[in-house]
Amino acid sequence: MPIRKAPLNGYNIVRMTAQKNTTKDFPGQIHETPGGGIVLSKLDDVINWARSNSLWPLTFATSCCGIEYMSVAGAKYDFSRFGFEVARATPRQADVIIIAGTIVNKMAPVLKRLYDQMADPKYVIAMGACAISGGPFFYNTYSVVKGADHVIPVDVYVAGCPPRPEALMHALITLQQKIKSGLTREQIRTAKD
Amino acid sequence: MQNEELKAKITELLSAATFEEGGEWLNINVEPADWLPLAQQLRNDASLYFDYLFCLTCIDWKTHLTMVYHLSSTKHRHNIVIKSKLDRNKPEIQTVSQVWKTAEFHEREVYEMFGVNFLNHPDLRLLILPDGWEGKNPLRKDFEDPINMIKL
Repeated sequence: MPIRKAPLNGYNIVRMTAQKNTTKDFPGQIHETPGGGIVLSKLDDVINWARSNSLWPLTFATSCCGIEYMSVAGAKYDFSRFGFEVARATPRQADVIIIAGTIVNKMAPVLKRLYDQMADPKYVIAMGACAISGGPFFYNTYSVVKGADHVIPVDVYVAGCPPRPEALMHALITLQQKIKSGLTREQIRTAKD
Repeated sequence: MQNEELKAKITELLSAATFEEGGEWLNINVEPADWLPLAQQLRNDASLYFDYLFCLTCIDWKTHLTMVYHLSSTKHRHNIVIKSKLDRNKPEIQTVSQVWKTAEFHEREVYEMFGVNFLNHPDLRLLILPDGWEGKNPLRKDFEDPINMIKL
């Protein structure tokens, strides 16, 4: 990756700062040399870095959590800023499925099928009380799956009924961290302690 | 028509009808046997002209079932609610699917959820529930499902 040296006028100072932030997250070292630069890194780390910054979600929502999901996709919160560029209407083009809402027994096979149709590597976020445990429909119901993780594996759970957009954003960033570290969520936690 | 006028008019059509007032809409209690002839009159009478059945549902009161029909007239802009008590052990009422076409699938839903038998219905089978739910009636208060249900 060649790094261009910029002259120190006002405009370019801003540009340099921006560039500095990008390279700060980059998993490796950049050695500047005259006329170009050398990058030192591990290929796994670079792949994970690239993956985590380009996670396209599936257009999938089954209840009111979908409204918050749309809000996060909209201009005010705008998950495109973090690489969740655009929701795809087909599982074949999606990397992450955000289970935004209640999963009922009739929907469970559909969810499984959508997940199976997604290309690897694929990630799952369980958004809101219903997707985590059945939520308000936990008791006395004949129709609701008591947690989407009965159907497909979940990477990140986000609490709330529905969660605020900030909470979903946090879940998305948590997923990115998980991918970047190459560890499971539990391993990340243990490493922190 | 205002509620008072509706009340007078419907008393003319069916003297056995009883009324509940106090809400926004006039509630009319009828016997299940009186329902179909009354429905036809409500639909066809020029001054009533209830051409829109906008809600058809059922309530389980544990002692009995109640069918509830919400009617509206798109021409006269008035609404009424018809209620009819059914025997919980043998719930039967005439279908109104030939009066209001929309009742056909609404009645199928009430059939699967509450087990109400709509007499002369053209196609009385499960609507949303998958095969194997015949006769289980999940919206009845005493419905039990040991696999899926967790008791509070």
